[in-house]
Amino acid sequence: MKKMLMVSSALALGLATTAAKAEPQAEVLHWWTSGGEAAAVKVLMEEFNANGGTWTDMPVAGGGGDAAMTALRARVLSGNAPTAVQLKGPSIQEWYEEGALGNIQDVADAENWDELLPEAIQYHLKCDGDYCAAPVNIHRIDWIWANASILEDAGIEPPKSWDEFNAAAEKLQGMGILPLAHGGQAWQDATLFEAVVAGLGGTEFYKKALIDLDMDTLKSDKMVEVFDQMRVLRGYVDDNFSGRDWNLATAMVINGEAAFQIMGDWAKGEFIAAGKEPGKDFYCSSPTGGGYLYNVDSFAFFNVDGDDRQAGQKLLAKLTMGKNFQKVFNLNKGSIPARLDVSMDEFDSCGVQSNKDLGTAIEQNALLPSYAHGMALRGAQAGAVTDVVTAHFNSDMSSQEAVEQLAQAVAASQ
Amino acid sequence: MTDWLEKHVPKLVLAPSLVAIFVFVYGFIGWTAYVSFTKSRLLPKYDLVGTIQYEKLAASPRWEVALTNLAIFGILFILFATVIGLILAIMLDQKIRTEGPLRTIYLYPMALSFIVTGTAWKWILNPGLGIESVFRDLGFENFSFDWLVNPDLAIYTVVIAGVWQSSGFVMALFLAGLRSVDGEIIRAAMVDGISTPRIYMSIIIPSMAPIFLSSFIVLSHLAIKSFDLVIALTGGGPGYSTDLPATFMYAMAFSRGDIGQAASSATVMMMIVTAIIVPYLYSELRPRHD
Repeated sequence: MKKMLMVSSALALGLATTAAKAEPQAEVLHWWTSGGEAAAVKVLMEEFNANGGTWTDMPVAGGGGDAAMTALRARVLSGNAPTAVQLKGPSIQEWYEEGALGNIQDVADAENWDELLPEAIQYHLKCDGDYCAAPVNIHRIDWIWANASILEDAGIEPPKSWDEFNAAAEKLQGMGILPLAHGGQAWQDATLFEAVVAGLGGTEFYKKALIDLDMDTLKSDKMVEVFDQMRVLRGYVDDNFSGRDWNLATAMVINGEAAFQIMGDWAKGEFIAAGKEPGKDFYCSSPTGGGYLYNVDSFAFFNVDGDDRQAGQKLLAKLTMGKNFQKVFNLNKGSIPARLDVSMDEFDSCGVQSNKDLGTAIEQNALLPSYAHGMALRGAQAGAVTDVVTAHFNSDMSSQEAVEQLAQAVAASQ
Repeated sequence: MTDWLEKHVPKLVLAPSLVAIFVFVYGFIGWTAYVSFTKSRLLPKYDLVGTIQYEKLAASPRWEVALTNLAIFGILFILFATVIGLILAIMLDQKIRTEGPLRTIYLYPMALSFIVTGTAWKWILNPGLGIESVFRDLGFENFSFDWLVNPDLAIYTVVIAGVWQSSGFVMALFLAGLRSVDGEIIRAAMVDGISTPRIYMSIIIPSMAPIFLSSFIVLSHLAIKSFDLVIALTGGGPGYSTDLPATFMYAMAFSRGDIGQAASSATVMMMIVTAIIVPYLYSELRPRHD
């Protein structure tokens, strides 16, 4: 204990002296550029500057992060990496293997991150046992968003399994109401797919299929069932869904043109922006029966030279995990804080539900990294799975054929 | 001194751009070809591993779709753009009064970027917004035109938009060609009482062979590098049914972090272009003996 105290005070001293020597500098590459997100990042920027640092903002919009990743590659190859970069999941490990990531273990020790973060999520943020990234949020992916008045008119409860969902959708179809609003883009098809895998197969099946890429699981009868359900879901979608953006699909639910949408919790922002209230105008429920598909955004810290920039990384890491930022950022973004000790008082009922389910999922070891949002697999492998999922969803391919193609594509991508 | 300058200044002036071309065009083509023989993923790696990337490419159903689409799109696009361009040019060639304005109208789509064309046609062809919904509103309840959202037919919408954009340009090429045909021959043919269609079929069109070749070269490279039109019109969808080699390459390089696959697909695209351009260059550049 005494030793630990000494270490931590030495660390604190070290931090203090570097801070005195060099003013913390941070150049932050991210693609949080839309209204709510930009406001959320601004909170961090202001805190950073208020603590004596200088924040250089480097927002690169476009292509869901593709443009930012291209900029990052150019910067790393030229030996001038940004201080911190919005990265997540296995891509953190990929960059670490390229030898590009730094280490913020001392900040994590000082701030006790191991106590504050769910173990499953720590795994994504550590490079060979040491923290190299700081989490900003937890998005839940497996939400069914429902229009409350449609459900009430039809006498339907928010579905909590795929069977319930199918029954509800049949009933709605019989009444001439479009059951499912969906946008035909590959990542949205993948978002449906993973919710079906987790819901029909359960957590163990999900882990074997989409994390371990276990061949027997990928070729199993259960996987055939999953594709059967995808085909059923296709029947609940209107014919005009190709290429539709996710927020337009959300708008269909808001306007009562469709009953459900399956989408991550960023969709909530659209409901709230339209003046709708969770629990009253719209519902959120999950079809996975205890599973919890998550997407954790984080800042990864790259190898940088100079005391001022290293001090900037430490300060940024500390502030990112700070209670205030975790609360304000996530109130803006629709997600929930990554650290578990933030008060949920100001969050809406869906946020509170998400936090509660998170706790249950941690206990039951049912936290599942989202494959569709790049948390479970590396880019090439996730892409191989998505190719098959979207090809199946957008054609009349049989489930059997889809399973065969899936196994082939995954084997080729290893 | 002045002699030396006179002799060397042109070389000195040209040198920077030559160096730039060698480095940034041929150098990077070589680099891409090299990387296609490595196991590069997120960042380029330089250990040669043989033809693994090409084998993976050959086994990929998505690449197969991309190549098939390139064949469908390339052939139909070149064919229709040429035929429509030629017909328009012949009709404008009939010494009509409003030729000036008409020529501008037909040529104008060329001034638009493919992104604009793609977005406009996306709206026109969208079953819920465009042609289909207009006809249904007019009372034709069973009217259906849903190619854009039909995975088997979506590639043909790309052809429609591409032809709309490019046939005006082809028309301008042919119009210039028609005007350059020797008037004496045509008048002589007319004196002999040969019908106008026959004059076009047997005299004018055959004498425009070089124009056909130029328009083929221009259109075929437009087709092979076609990227923005697909991105704006279908985004490669539904599914990946309208993927072309260029969009495949982009997805691998920038969304998937699979530089090896991107490099090998880029190299294959380069070979396709080469296969078309080299015979052309050969026929153009060889010394003429006649």
